[in-house]
Amino acid sequence: MVPLSAPIIRSVVITVDDFIINALLAGVGLALLAGSLGCVVVWRRMAYFGDTLAHSALLGVALAVSVEMLPIFGVAVIGVALASLLFLLEQRQELSTDTLLGIMAHSALALGVVVLSIAQRQGSNVDFMAYLFGDILAVSREELVWIYAGAVLVLSLFAYLWRDLLSISVHEELARTDGVSVTRTRFIFMLLLALTVAVAIKVVGALLITALLIIPAASARLYSSTPLQMVVLSVLFAVLSVVLGLASSMQWDMPTAPAIVLAAAALFFLSNLVRTHHS
Amino acid sequence: MENNILLAAENLGLSLQGKTILSDVSLSLRESEIVTLIGPNGAGKTSLIRILLGLSEATEGQVYRRADLSIGYVPQRTSINAVLPLRVQDFLQLGGHYKDGEIARVLAEVGVSHIMDSAIQKISGGELQRVLLARALLKQPNILVLDEPAQGVDIIGQQALYKLITSIRDNHACGILMVSHDLHLVMAATDQVVCLNTHVCCTGHPDHISEHPEYLKLFGNALDGMAVYSHHHDHEHELNGAIVCTHHKECGHHRG
Repeated sequence: MVPLSAPIIRSVVITVDDFIINALLAGVGLALLAGSLGCVVVWRRMAYFGDTLAHSALLGVALAVSVEMLPIFGVAVIGVALASLLFLLEQRQELSTDTLLGIMAHSALALGVVVLSIAQRQGSNVDFMAYLFGDILAVSREELVWIYAGAVLVLSLFAYLWRDLLSISVHEELARTDGVSVTRTRFIFMLLLALTVAVAIKVVGALLITALLIIPAASARLYSSTPLQMVVLSVLFAVLSVVLGLASSMQWDMPTAPAIVLAAAALFFLSNLVRTHHS
Repeated sequence: MENNILLAAENLGLSLQGKTILSDVSLSLRESEIVTLIGPNGAGKTSLIRILLGLSEATEGQVYRRADLSIGYVPQRTSINAVLPLRVQDFLQLGGHYKDGEIARVLAEVGVSHIMDSAIQKISGGELQRVLLARALLKQPNILVLDEPAQGVDIIGQQALYKLITSIRDNHACGILMVSHDLHLVMAATDQVVCLNTHVCCTGHPDHISEHPEYLKLFGNALDGMAVYSHHHDHEHELNGAIVCTHHKECGHHRG
């Protein structure tokens, strides 16, 4: 009995190792992005914009699946389109940004569900839940490559924009008198967030992306006295959340993305407790 | 143009969606001159400043800026985004690339050296006003534009602030353009008051302007039942609120 089953068990073990490493790499890649861009999202109160992108991500997935592309591309294209549309509508000012976001978030979500159901009726066996709550353990090599390509692109543009982003977050009018192009900086940052959501779709899913942008940055705020400190700490908190989330999902057989978000939330409450205790 | 003119507006007009915001506004600012722009709410003061700063365009008229002009702008009293961790020195560094020594020097000039490492959200309103002034001074401006610098500052604080602004003018020889909604109390060192209500109602030295018929027509009634009270204090307040006796330093009148 032993000679027959031994090779099979070994191959299973190798695969398990493989997809855990892939998952860890994907999670860390996203944590680098979400941790750093999340700070600006918190500073500029853009949480609802992040949510809108996340809602529209499902439409991106549905379209990508219909034309047999990787979902990450569909999400990136739809996200960039949505950010541009919002940017154009914002210039007109008859409606406030949160109203515009509400309109776009829910129309995009509704359209996404309709397109997905059409795709399913035509025989596509796409798993809805995987894109709502992420499927980090199923991240493929190819997806991993694109996740890191996206991360490198977004982070280098982020570093390039850093000073301007900081200036407009502190005081838009002062930044403008300093010669910072406020509109251009805002727009590029919106595009960077759209790409971040694309990177995140397979890792934590549409419903939990905003959590990874907001929670590590919020935890980092408690311990930082300069903007750069906050970004570094926020990335550390995000990476730690991914590692703890993955580990606990292995240990207690929990769904992975919710475990990552719970780890981030636990770190936030813990750091609040520690902070209150000390002061 | 006379060559000591830094900034001049000629017959500026601004209409937005059929509403006239500014009409036929002309003014000029020379080296070492202090011009105070007063007017009621909605008079177009902020619109005019934005045009002069080059932040927006006028629909009519022209703005002349001397070629080498560096403008330091101190915005209306604002609060700085509390979510962003930022020390006073980080805030000042955002305006350009400065050496630490420069930042320390300019903070000393405006009298707030002690808050260089403080979080900018934790300093008082008066201190923030001075930090904003320091930020403008770092640009080595030939023009300083101050939007409502005395807003929310009590009369004693205003005296100190005006004294500081005057000394900045004297030390840097820059032109100063100041906006105020206070129609009756303007800085004593002001060379010229421009009274704006969509158009320029009147201009002149502070002593003369309060007798101008246009000024009296616009604001005269507001003076009924009010008087200007001259304080005669025997002490001053330091920025942190400590009382400093101006008569005899040894009287032990120091409290924190």
